Order: sequence, then structure tokens, then C-alpha cells
Amino acid sequence: MSASRLPDGGRIDRSTPVNFKWDKQNFSGFAGDTLASALIASGETIFGRSFKYHRPRGVMSAGVEESGAIVTVGRDDRRDPNVKATTQEIYEGLNASGQNAWPNVRTDIGAVNNLMSRFFSAGFYYKTFMGIPPMEWGKGTGIWMQYEKLIRKAAGMGVASREPDPDTYEHGHRFCDVLVVGSGPAGLAAAVKASLAGLDVLLVEQDFELGGDYLNQSTPEAELTRTAALKALKEAGATVMTRTSAFGLYDYGVAGLLERVTDHLADPPQHTPRQRFLTVRAKHTILATGALERSIAFGNNDMPGIMTAAAGATYVNRYGVLPGNQVVVATSNDSAFTAAIAMAKAGASVTLLDARESLPGGAAKLLESHGVNLKSGSTVLEAHGRKGISNLELAVKSSNGWSAGETLDCNLLMLSGGWSPVVNLLSHRGVRPVWDSQNLCFVSPGHDEPIQMAGSANAVWHTEDCEASGAAAADSAIAAINNQTTSIVVPATGGWESPIEPLYEVTVEGRKLKSFIDPQHDVTADDVRLAHQEGFVSVEHLKRYTTLGMATDQGKMGNIIGLALMAEALGRDIPEVGTTTFRPPYTPISLGALTGRGKGAHFKPLRRTPIHEWNLAHGATMTEAGLWQRPWYFARKGEGITEAYIRETITTRESVGLVDVTSLGKIAIQGPDATEFINRIYSNAFAKLPIGKARYGIMLRDDGIVMDDGTTWRFSDTDYFMTTTTAHAAKVMVWLEELLQTRWSHLKVHVTSVSEQWAGSAVAGPKSRDVLSACVEDATTVTNDALPFMGVIETRLKNGAPCRIARISFSGEMAYEMYVGSDYAESMMDLLWESTQTFDGCLYGTEALGALRIEKGHVTGVELDGRVTIEDAGLGAMVSDKKSYIGSALRKRPDLNRVDRPQLVGIVPKDRSETFKAGSVLCAEDKLEGHGEGWITAVTHSPSMGHWIGLGYIKGGYNEWSGKTVVAADPVRRGNVDVEIISPHMVDPSGERMRG
Amino acid sequence: MIRINCPFCGERDHSEFSYGGDGSIVYPALDAPVEEWVEAVFQRENIRGVQTESWQHVSGCRQWILVERDTMTHEIHSVRAAHEGVAKVLEAGK
Repeated sequence: MSASRLPDGGRIDRSTPVNFKWDKQNFSGFAGDTLASALIASGETIFGRSFKYHRPRGVMSAGVEESGAIVTVGRDDRRDPNVKATTQEIYEGLNASGQNAWPNVRTDIGAVNNLMSRFFSAGFYYKTFMGIPPMEWGKGTGIWMQYEKLIRKAAGMGVASREPDPDTYEHGHRFCDVLVVGSGPAGLAAAVKASLAGLDVLLVEQDFELGGDYLNQSTPEAELTRTAALKALKEAGATVMTRTSAFGLYDYGVAGLLERVTDHLADPPQHTPRQRFLTVRAKHTILATGALERSIAFGNNDMPGIMTAAAGATYVNRYGVLPGNQVVVATSNDSAFTAAIAMAKAGASVTLLDARESLPGGAAKLLESHGVNLKSGSTVLEAHGRKGISNLELAVKSSNGWSAGETLDCNLLMLSGGWSPVVNLLSHRGVRPVWDSQNLCFVSPGHDEPIQMAGSANAVWHTEDCEASGAAAADSAIAAINNQTTSIVVPATGGWESPIEPLYEVTVEGRKLKSFIDPQHDVTADDVRLAHQEGFVSVEHLKRYTTLGMATDQGKMGNIIGLALMAEALGRDIPEVGTTTFRPPYTPISLGALTGRGKGAHFKPLRRTPIHEWNLAHGATMTEAGLWQRPWYFARKGEGITEAYIRETITTRESVGLVDVTSLGKIAIQGPDATEFINRIYSNAFAKLPIGKARYGIMLRDDGIVMDDGTTWRFSDTDYFMTTTTAHAAKVMVWLEELLQTRWSHLKVHVTSVSEQWAGSAVAGPKSRDVLSACVEDATTVTNDALPFMGVIETRLKNGAPCRIARISFSGEMAYEMYVGSDYAESMMDLLWESTQTFDGCLYGTEALGALRIEKGHVTGVELDGRVTIEDAGLGAMVSDKKSYIGSALRKRPDLNRVDRPQLVGIVPKDRSETFKAGSVLCAEDKLEGHGEGWITAVTHSPSMGHWIGLGYIKGGYNEWSGKTVVAADPVRRGNVDVEIISPHMVDPSGERMRG
Repeated sequence: MIRINCPFCGERDHSEFSYGGDGSIVYPALDAPVEEWVEAVFQRENIRGVQTESWQHVSGCRQWILVERDTMTHEIHSVRAAHEGVAKVLEAGK
């Protein structure tokens, strides 16, 4: 076994062993290990199988950029797929498994795909399944959708749990002066400096330990600097969060954070959420997000046992694990030297291949003094091995590129093709990174955002320079927040002794190599060239065609190589080709965290009327009306909904019924100009509405379409009470506020929403006045003379409760709407119900309410759907031609006055024993196609008529279709039904009952 | 997330506000000819740059405000109460 745990060193706690499971087998590591470090120490090499070809994959990095060791953690309802083994802390009982493999990652049947790899090149799916010969027959998007399901199954990532998520997630909010992302040398220095200047600092670190690159260094100085900085931060009162990723930056210094609260705990406390989603508003943001080391494309560069150079050193220095004892390091820059030395110090035999032909004498001497065997002007051409690297073929510099060289045995290959500063978060702000041709990487350009890049995130390579860079970023933030102008010395970028050499892909004339650029999505160098051959020029198209950079790592390791190869194929420079845009999130975040507590009963607010409990106690089955809970029907023994609502409808028409109408919107309109205001917003005349009267009103929008309807009651010269529909209550309130504040600020009017303050009940039916008489303090106030149709009174109930009553009718019966202060709601219902029972009356719900109003042809929100005019809704008689009002100009547009517009009609089945459904399309008998001639908005069984009836709209209305057979087309539900069009006023069209 | 400095409540997330529309429009008199209303209601500019827009602090003080916002950058140049009288009082109090 080549990999081993070192006898000492590292930051792991050797006194705390941790047991866990990997692919059903028991393993153990130490506290402070990641899943990757613990498994490497145990000799595991294969961690996953690749996306398309099922090639074995091992650990490629030591961080969030991981593309090989992608695993599933947990099981059953807590199964979390696509977790990076390199960032997952181990805990007692952790249960991890490989994915995209069967029966397991070591022996995977799907590996046969690798033999077919030449068929799986870029665009393979599109070409094959979207209709290129010989599969022309399979053309078309529909067929593609079918294939896609199969392809998804064969290729792919882990499988998410299909069970409900048992964990809770929270949302939180924070403010700070300075948000520092990353706690490496630059981040710590910045946070300390800003804190000491008295600023409110929030430092976030995605790792479970603070320190960033300090943690990967083996020197005592690094640890001293780190602990000193942490102590200073604590004393200065900075807020420090670990296991917290800043996944996105947004406008106005807003950052999205994800804190993983319990993902590392064996036995999380019950009260803690699994994760927290935090919205932070920072005056200034310092991005000390570090840089990611790049791979190099050569043959079989995806093989287990190949990782970045810095990752190798991290496993040694931080985790006390030697991932291989026969090490080859291939580099194009100076950064890999310390990694090579770290491996040698840990006891490995190390050969360093430097692509550059000459090295400064100092570096060569230093390497040799640590026993590192140095080969200049050489790199790797192809890796070999069965389930991991066992030897490699060298490429050596020749006059025209590379040529094949000797073979070297090795069990660990460490690569450094350069470093890419993590500019992703800055890119979220729409700042396009620019190419730094000195350091061969994309860096932040000058920009106006209150954001500073610090440390290696700004291509500053050495630790001390990073510390200075962090301090300088803090100085900038302090100056900006305190409105000072100071000159700040920013350390120069770079810092390597000899310049980096471009090294993206290693090829030799005539050699066919499988060189991966994006290992997670199995995109090869050949795929990029193929895309170019097929005419893809833009990087954004290249990305979508090859899927380069579209896996869960979002191209953290492979993007630059892809861009370099595309640039080469196009014969252009990298800056000309540009880079794709990074978008949030930087690292994946769970949907659970985005949802937070807003699910299930908390998905939306719940509104209950003050009569809610009373309704339930009296047998109500409730239904949702927008956010409101309303009684649906009151079933008596042996009744279902149908029996109940039909009985309630009949009882109300024959005697009396009560219904909770509290959910209607209620607005107090008060002030000296209240009359003028109301007269402007309603289409019908209100200027002369007498005190003590109510009127039905229709409100239009500016464009002449109906917005809402309701009644408005007048109590005095300056005091009105408006009711709106339940559905549009909030919209109407906003509209009235807008008019008063933005258009008619000279009107002296106050509008106040009083929907919650008044509880309401309708009392409907021939016996309604008798019921009312028995409930009010003075029965003479509700006689037909004292309270005629559309009359309004303010009075008291028998129990003393102040009450307002209007004689208005939605049901078509003699009816009253009455309101009391919400605290009196139940006592009002008790009084009314006691009296109602003496007349064998009933309680009714929205189902009977619907039946009553459909019979009567009264419209609701389903008819007033934002597309209809007053005339369409059959309410043309409600319009005043003597005044101007909102919508009066634009309702005269010719198109709104065509006679063939859909108009409100009543609908009955031709065969009266038939039923039909709302949502059916109304078609001419001989033209069952297209959008038809109209639609059905509401249906009910009508007890009064003894059969089913409906309301709806049809072009030209009753006049056009009277006497003709129309088809209510409902092909995908209950089928088509022949219907007849009648007047919408199906019961008591003259209105005698409600006036009587 | 845009942050809007409500003249009544202070700086708040834009999620507390609801967007109204073009705040520069002067609506015609109710009895104005239909052509003027067509112009005001339908003929809208889609501005790239600074535009005046109306917002309501609907989850706060419910006041309508006029915001000068750059549609390219979301930068807000000014915020004032939409109600002319109130805006004057606030201005005088500064």
C-alpha cells in the first residue's frame, strides 16, 4: 500500500478516533480528518466513477474544487448526493457511499462505456438522438425527451432522496461594516485590521477550521501568526463564522451565506437547524477567497493517484497523510517546489518535472538539498495503471513542442499548471475578470463596487505579501466607510522567482491521448477541438455544447484549460476568447436552505376569521380562499358536500341562512373629499349617495378593464365604508393609496384597511328580517321602512355590541350584511344562530354561497378576471355617462366595444340530467377546435332549477347564441357536453325577492 | 437586493417594497381626450439609464415614493415622498 498515515504531524487529533462507513465497509480516521484524508490514509484510491465513461476517479484536490471524489452522504430520507469527500468532515457513524456505479465504485459494470468512448464525444446526445442519420426516424424534441430520461439514468450524478426532508433550515439576516470572505493570510490580516479600526467585521470561512493556507503550511511561524490573528479578532469583537460559504454577491453589498450547522455532527441537538441561509448587508466586502491550482491535460490525467500539487502537501501537512510514497510532481511554475519538498520531508521519493527549461540556481539547489530529483524541460505525456497510476511516460521539450520520453514508476502524481484566483464572487456583480499575462490567470479589473480582492484571490502568491494585501484591502474599506482619502500601498501581484510558463495540454504528434479538461463532466481536449471544428466560436456556446464547466464544481479546475485550447484552435489569445460568466452559487446550496421554514403550513400566511373557531364548533368543513380559511359547507349527519350545499341553498331560499363574510376586504374612507374621491374611482354615480345608504360599485383600471366590485356604505358627509372582494382586497387598498398619494395629493382623504377590525356575517333568506329583529337592541330600526333595500344603519345588538348593518344581497334573497368589532364576532354569531334556528334556518358555506350567486348571475373574481369590461360582465347599466372616472376614457376604445366580445351568459346542459365542469371551452357545434368561442367560469347544481347550471363568457353573448347548440368541450377530463346559452340571471331576474 | 432609503423608515431591503411603475408620468385629467390617456397608459419608454419610478413601502409605512434608479446598475440617485405636500414638508425639515 503506497499511501499511509504519518506517525506524527498534521492538525488531526490522534487521540480521538472516529469510526465511519464507506461503501458499507467500516473505516476509521481521526477528528479533524475529511472523508478524503481518512480514506486516503486507509489506502482507498477509487472514490467515484465518471459521468459518462464510468472511469475510476480518485481524490484530485483538497477542497471545494474537487472533481473526482464526489460521494453520497447519509441514507434514506437524509441522503445527500454529490458531496465532495474533500470537504466532508468525518464524524462518528458517518455513512458515505460511492455514486454513479454498480455494484460499487471499485467494480463498476458501467465501465464498459469507456470502451465505447469514441461514440460519446461532444454533442453526441444531440447528434444521435435529435435526428442525424442513421437515426433520422428518431427526430424531434418529443423523442429527445424520451431518450434524455434513459441517458440521465446511465450517465449522471448521485441520486437525491425522494422522501420528505426531515431536517429544518433557517433564514437569518445580518448587517456589518466589513464582510471578509476567507480566513487565510489575507483574510485574517484584513479582518484584524478592520476590527482594530473599530469597524463591525464579519469573517466567514467555508472550512471547519480558520486559517486557510496557514493550515496547509508546516512551519511553526504560520501557526503562531494564525493564532495571534484569531486572538486579536476575538479581543476586537469581530464575528467569526466557520463552515459558512459566501455563495453569492448581490446589489448593495448584499451577500448570501450558507452556514452548515449540523452536517458534521454525529448526533445533532434537536433544536438546531441543519443549515442556515443568511442574508448579509455589508458596507464593504473583502474577498480573500484564495486561488485554485489548475490541472494539466495529458493522457489519462483523470486517473486515481493524480492530484494538484498543493493538495498533496495539504494531505501531508494538515492531515498527516502521505497519499503516495513514490511521487512525481509536474509543474509549470515555482509554487510546486514547497509541495515537492513537503513530500520529500514526509519520506517519499520525489521527482520534480518542471516544464521550464532552466530554473534559477537557488531553487534547484534547495530542491536537491531535500533530495528532490529535478528534471527540467519535461512534463507528463501519459499516465498508466489499472485502477490508479503506476507509472508515467515523460514528455520532453523538443524543437517543435514535446516528444515522448522515458517511463517513470510512481504511485502519486502531483500537478501544478498554474493558479486561478477565485474571482467568482466578484463576477457575480457583473465585473468581468481580465487576463493577467504575467501570472497566466484571470484577475479582477478596476471596478466601482465596494469590494476589495485580497491575497491570492488577487494573484498575490507569497504568504507575507498576502498578509500585506489583506491589510491594504482593510485600509481601503476603512477609508471608504469613514469617507477618508488616504494613499494605500497595495502589494504587487505575482511573486514567483522565475516566470510561469503556459502549460495547458501536453501532446505529441501522432499520439492519441485521452486528456480530460473537465473530469466531472468527462469533457476531453478532443471534445473542445471537435466543437471548434463544428463551428462553435463563442466560449458560451462551447460551454453549452461540450458541457465544459457545467458540473457541480462549475469548472473550478478545468475552465482555463478549456479556454486556452479554444483560443489555440481559433488562433487567438485567451483574453480575446474571454471567459464565461460565473453566477451564484459559488458552491452548491441545498433547496432546503433556500426554502427555510417556508414550507408546509408555513408556505404562506394563514388567515382565520374571528368566527373561525365558531364555524368549526358548528360543524364547518373549511376551504382555502386565497390566504383565508372559509367555511365550505356545514354537513349534517350522513351528508357529503353535495347533500350539504344543496340543503343549505334550499334552506336559504326558503327560510334563512347565515354565512361568515369576514374575509371581504373592508376599507374606511374618511375626510372632507371622501365623496369626490369615491365618485372618481367608481364607474357609477356616487356623488349623490345619501347618508344611510349603500351602493354597489364597479371600479375600473386606467385601461378601462374591470378591477373589482363591492359595496360602499355612507355614514356621514365624510365617512364611508367600502367592501371589496376577498381576492382583491389588498390590490384595491394599494390602488386607493396610490391614487391619493401620487395623483390626487390635493384630495383630503384618509383610507384605512379595517378588514381585520370588523367581523361580518350575511343573513340571507325570506326570514332574514325576522332573525335580525330578534338580535338587534331595537327591532324598529330594521323594519322594511327603517331599513329598505340598500339601506344602512349603525345600531347595537341585544348584547350591546355596536354593529353596522346594510341591506344588500349577494344571494338574491332579502339579505343583510352586518359587521361587529372582531372581539364581538362569536357573540354576534351566537345571537344570530339562536334566532335562525327558530326558523329552521341554517349555516352555509362558500359552496352554497356559490350556488346562490350563480343562480342569480352575480359575478366574482373568476368572472372579473382582468380581461373583461363592464359590458362584458353584463353590468353596462351600472355606468354613469354623466361623469368622468378612472377608466372612463379608455373604456371607449373601439376594441373594447366590439359586439363580438365574449359576454357573460348563463349555461345549461341540453340534456338537463347532464353535468359539466368549470374551465370547459365553449365551441360552436360544428367547430370543435382552437380556443373556441368562450369558456365556463363557474358551475353548480341549481336546486331552484333542478339541474346543473353555469356562468361563462361567449363571443357575442346571449343574443348571438340563444337557441343554438353549443358544446362545452372538456376533452381531457369528462368529455364534451351539449349546452344551451341562456340569460345569466337564472333565478328571480327582476329582483323582487331581495327587495321584498 | 436593492436597498431603498425610505424617507419615512430609513434604508430597507427592496423586498419590503412593491414596484409601481414609471413615476414620471403625469396622468391626464379624468375628462381628457382618449388620445391623452392612451399616451399616458400605453406609450411607455423602456429606459436604459436613470429613470424615475414609483415604489410603495407596502410592508412598511405603505407610503408611495419616487425613486430615481439606474436600470443598468441599480444605483439609486434619489428617493422622495410621492405625495407632493408631504415631500415639501420633509424637504423643509432637512
